[in-house]
Amino acid sequence: MDLEFNETELAFRDEVRAFMRSELPEDISRKVISGNELTRDDYMRWQAILNAKGWLATTWEEEYGGPGWDAVQRHIFSEESALHGAPRMPPFGLAMMGPVLIKFGTEEQKSTLLPRILDGSDWWCQGFSEPGAGSDLASMKMRAERDGDEYVLNGQKTWTTLGQYANKIFCLVRTASEGKPQASISFLLVDLDTPGVEMRPIRLIDGGYEVNEVFFTDVRVPVENLVGNENEGWTIAKYLLTHERTNIAGVGFSIMDLERYKTLAQEIKRDGMQLSDHPIYAARAAAIEADLEALRITNLRILAETRDGSAGGVGSSMLKLKGTQVRQELQDLYRSAIGPRAATLSSGLSHNEMSVPYDAGQAAQVYFLHRKLSIFGGSNEIQRNIVAKEMFRD
Amino acid sequence: MDFNLSEDHQLLSNTLNRFLGDNYDIEKRNEAGFTAPYHLQDMWNGLAELGVIGALVSEEKGGFGGSAEDISVVFEELGRSLCVEPMLGTLLALRVLSDHGQDERVEQIISGESRAALAVYEPNMSCDLSAMEATAVEQDGVWRLNGRKSAIYGAPGSDFVVVAAKTESGTGLFFLENPVLICAAMVDGGGVADLVMENTAAECLALDAETSLTSALDLGRIALCAEAVGAMSALQDLTVDYLKQRKQFGTTLSSFQALQHRAVNMQIEIEQCRSIVISAVGQFGQPGGERNVSMAKNLIGRAGRLMSEESIQLHGGIGMTWEYPGAHFAKRLVMIDHQLGDQNDHAMRLIATGAKQLVD
Repeated sequence: MDLEFNETELAFRDEVRAFMRSELPEDISRKVISGNELTRDDYMRWQAILNAKGWLATTWEEEYGGPGWDAVQRHIFSEESALHGAPRMPPFGLAMMGPVLIKFGTEEQKSTLLPRILDGSDWWCQGFSEPGAGSDLASMKMRAERDGDEYVLNGQKTWTTLGQYANKIFCLVRTASEGKPQASISFLLVDLDTPGVEMRPIRLIDGGYEVNEVFFTDVRVPVENLVGNENEGWTIAKYLLTHERTNIAGVGFSIMDLERYKTLAQEIKRDGMQLSDHPIYAARAAAIEADLEALRITNLRILAETRDGSAGGVGSSMLKLKGTQVRQELQDLYRSAIGPRAATLSSGLSHNEMSVPYDAGQAAQVYFLHRKLSIFGGSNEIQRNIVAKEMFRD
Repeated sequence: MDFNLSEDHQLLSNTLNRFLGDNYDIEKRNEAGFTAPYHLQDMWNGLAELGVIGALVSEEKGGFGGSAEDISVVFEELGRSLCVEPMLGTLLALRVLSDHGQDERVEQIISGESRAALAVYEPNMSCDLSAMEATAVEQDGVWRLNGRKSAIYGAPGSDFVVVAAKTESGTGLFFLENPVLICAAMVDGGGVADLVMENTAAECLALDAETSLTSALDLGRIALCAEAVGAMSALQDLTVDYLKQRKQFGTTLSSFQALQHRAVNMQIEIEQCRSIVISAVGQFGQPGGERNVSMAKNLIGRAGRLMSEESIQLHGGIGMTWEYPGAHFAKRLVMIDHQLGDQNDHAMRLIATGAKQLVD
């Protein structure tokens, strides 16, 4: 039994730390740590810095411009990123589109599209969910009718995260009407400036704009934009969703949030006591700290299994479940700790620019926004179904 | 980073698992655990012969193990079999005796020749040694003890008791042969005793043994947490099997999503408990390591109750019966929280020891 990283891994961690300290722009990390929305420009600046270092597309093979890291290195990088307040780079191009193209794309798709992801020419967004197809993704309905060398798209996608920054979308579309629902789905790439595409923002519970709905009316897309074979999109979708799982436990985020709470607890008083000495608050924080330390080790255990090739399929589901519970619990604790001031809605809330510091008001807004964690990426109920399927297998 | 047991630990674990599997079952356990002396002498001898008692003490102090990991490996197996033998009390006594040069007594205990228990707790005391009221005063060259000790695990039938009592220089340790004990069975099986001392003469081992006591108690906590992980895994196996077999409304219980999701929540907590024991073991003896012990005891206290209550509920009526083994695992998992400081005591200890820097 050995809980520590080996010397090579520790050296790598130090290298990442040194890089974060010298290269991460302070105005960006301040926004991340205080829970402020990032602008497109913030993301692109950090993307360019990472790309120059060769650390941008962490899951890609070296020949396509990835760093060639193993699972442990990727883990160290994502944890250090979180601990230093680096933006979590949107996964749609780097962690989803890239790996899909590398595995299923044609040579031409790879050579034209992969470099454009790296240099920021393309910002991809995801067109999977539909109003009638959430957890039950295979029931999606958006049609793509073949017409000569083109598909004609009609339908609607939703929950498209950061679609307002994107110029391209990858979609699951229905290309046949008979057979099993899974066997008539194709994976299609669409330019968002194609006539007939309309993106509308969805305002979320916190008042902010992070997701969108996308409408497709007689949108004509060349058949070359198909990835893989027609009606084999489901296989690609499943492959892609496994890549959504990197850093799924979010231990780094929770460590940051706990540190932030502890700092606050030493600054403010409640019921005549320092919050850090308040029995009820301190007890809650202690329990969360214990859960988080356990989660940190659980994450490393599953990581070690992944590295050794013995990981079961349910590890990431467990990490998602517990990880989101801990993160949501921390948001709730922080919101409570702020007290009456948490009711203040922060001003200047707009989807492009938020310069207000992470103040009292935002604690409640961020808490509400974080309810999304147990819903997206396969709701926590879906994750329980996945674990149960394995547990009760005959 | 390697979370596999070493070859030696795997061997220790397998040997103990096989020994308990061959020689111990729930009927035998329940027969022994609720009637004096609340354990089986032949099992104790067998464990001594296997070297299990020796595994609790380091080589330099006469044993053949003694690391936090050795202890957690032993207790996880004991927990899996719900073993009622007085290993916890023995661990606590052995650690303080071996810290104070009691080589001969340590050797006797390791060989199974004699048995000892540690008297620390009192009716008004839980985790915090400073709340101790029992006193030791030297009069005419004889140390005299006064006060009441309780929750002395494994004391019934033991040959001697090591008593912690306040001296002028701190918390001292005293050796008491043939103690007069008030013995009882515990609700989850096994023996426990109280000790009333009125000018009781005793041999002084140390005038200030607080460091040794704290370390022994923390190892005891690690032991209890590891025992809980073993018991949780066994109980979860029983529960999952039961859900797969039991039929109602023409189908197995395992096909009901409401029940599946509860079983999944239990499984995740077991993994979390296993992780926190690894953390406590790994940090033991390091600066701040006592915080990881308290995190473990706190989490295991909460998860133990969840496992206990949920396993009973998922079994339905059968889970409430004395005859069903799961019921005894369920009891043990709740009662572990009552030993060596519960989830609240350890939350208090976490608060008192302050904010450990998580990011270095």
